[in-house]
Amino acid sequence: MKPFRIGAGAGYSGDRIDPAQDLAERGELNALVFECLAERTIALAQLRRANDPKLGFDPLLRERMRAVLPACVRQGVTIITNMGAANPLAAGEAILQVGREMKLARLRVAVVTGDDVLPWMLEHDAPLIDSEETVRSLDGRLISANAYLGAEALLPALAAGADVVVTGRVADPALFLAPLMHHFGWKADDWQRMGQGIVVGHLLECAAQVSGGYIADPGFVDVPRLHDVGFPLAEVQEDGSCVITKLAGTGGRVDRLTCTAQLLYELENPARYLQPDVVADFSGVRLTEVGIDRVAVEGATGHARPTHLKATLGYREGYIGEGQISYAGPGARARGQLALDILEERLKRLGLHALEHRAELIGVNAMHGPALGTDREPYEVRVRLALRAPTRADAELVGQEVEALYLNGPGGGGGVTQSVREVVAAASALIPREAVPADCRILEL
Amino acid sequence: MKVRDIALARSGDKGNRATLSVIAREPKDYPLLERVLTAERVREHYQGVVRGPVQRYLLPQLGAVHFVMNDALGGGVTRSLALDAHGKTLGFAILDIALDDLP
Repeated sequence: MKPFRIGAGAGYSGDRIDPAQDLAERGELNALVFECLAERTIALAQLRRANDPKLGFDPLLRERMRAVLPACVRQGVTIITNMGAANPLAAGEAILQVGREMKLARLRVAVVTGDDVLPWMLEHDAPLIDSEETVRSLDGRLISANAYLGAEALLPALAAGADVVVTGRVADPALFLAPLMHHFGWKADDWQRMGQGIVVGHLLECAAQVSGGYIADPGFVDVPRLHDVGFPLAEVQEDGSCVITKLAGTGGRVDRLTCTAQLLYELENPARYLQPDVVADFSGVRLTEVGIDRVAVEGATGHARPTHLKATLGYREGYIGEGQISYAGPGARARGQLALDILEERLKRLGLHALEHRAELIGVNAMHGPALGTDREPYEVRVRLALRAPTRADAELVGQEVEALYLNGPGGGGGVTQSVREVVAAASALIPREAVPADCRILEL
Repeated sequence: MKVRDIALARSGDKGNRATLSVIAREPKDYPLLERVLTAERVREHYQGVVRGPVQRYLLPQLGAVHFVMNDALGGGVTRSLALDAHGKTLGFAILDIALDDLP
């Protein structure tokens, strides 16, 4: 049996577009997956949709589709994406519109919904994961609640022969697992193959992070031509084993190191990776370099899927006010420290000092805390004050106080920036699988 | 000699937990990583950043040691006041641990 060729077209919502176009045109793919939803993206999209019912999907959707649709439709490459965000149906219509503008002869778009579980969360109560509280504690602040659908929810769309499958919240690796299940006819309780399919998805879901991105450390780990890094693809066999590779002529590298770093990325217990479709076990995965930029992946397995699905809840969490100012040259660090001391006194005077805040020196302790590297004298530092406030007005005072250091603070301060943003935070809760029925709707040119 | 001379590291986020993988560039160096990078040593290294316990997972066939560091991301990526809310820069800090001063 010929391997199934599946590529990654995006690893996050703002990812580069040209590598996806290259994959679509030269990859001889069967499927191309765009993973574009971070944890709180749906909540932010929900806010946009509340302002305009035609919005709420990924802002780059049209641009990405214009880049890949012609090649994908011509070659029969199925596109699968979660760019529907908070409004998959409007996203589906937008994709059709792109097809019309590009004068495609035909286009079938499947819209998969069902992830929106806000009504259930408002009716029921559920404990929040990693918290003593329940969903009720977010009353009045809750914006969105979306369950992580599994690959099974996408199967009807693939069975309908869709050119593009667009959805909202689906577990990232499941976007890749679904076309494998559909193509090979894997059974949903074939835990070994499901586990192996999750490995394929997990390795590809961050796009270039497995093909040379996010790993370079000059002199220690060198990566050629990151400006032209190739997005990855997997050649998957019927048993779920695969080879991870990238297109010839692209930058980056695919080897044991890039694949191991991505295999373990953001995993907790590698033997129990909880997914809607399976509890995947990566602990026995073996990676073998089988050619230049080619790594064979095998040995994953899995156990019966969880009874509940995870849902992400987006809620309002006040405002963060922030201000920054730089000091450079002799005594930069001491002047920066003096600025921080002044700011702490000013917060007391404003009655804001009890609010959660961070006062730090970028270049000294802003990244790794007070213990690491702070013995070194920097040439320049950047003072940073960030504070969480219940109101926008209080948050605005933070930047104003930092700016006032120009005339009232230490010598030689420059380059003030200030900002206020509303915080949309994310929490998690479990929901019974039965309470999340998925739906599939076909739109056609 | 430091960890950076034999390994690379990548950190990631999971709620209020940071994950950290340390991978031997040559598989033969893995046992040294396993010996030096205990959960206790890692927790001590990240004091002031990591406030909760650290779990360690060993993956010898991959030449990798993997850590989950609890209460490490200022209450969670989406609400943190930190400039690097995801803790993405944390990984490289471990490359500074010396391999010579073994107990």
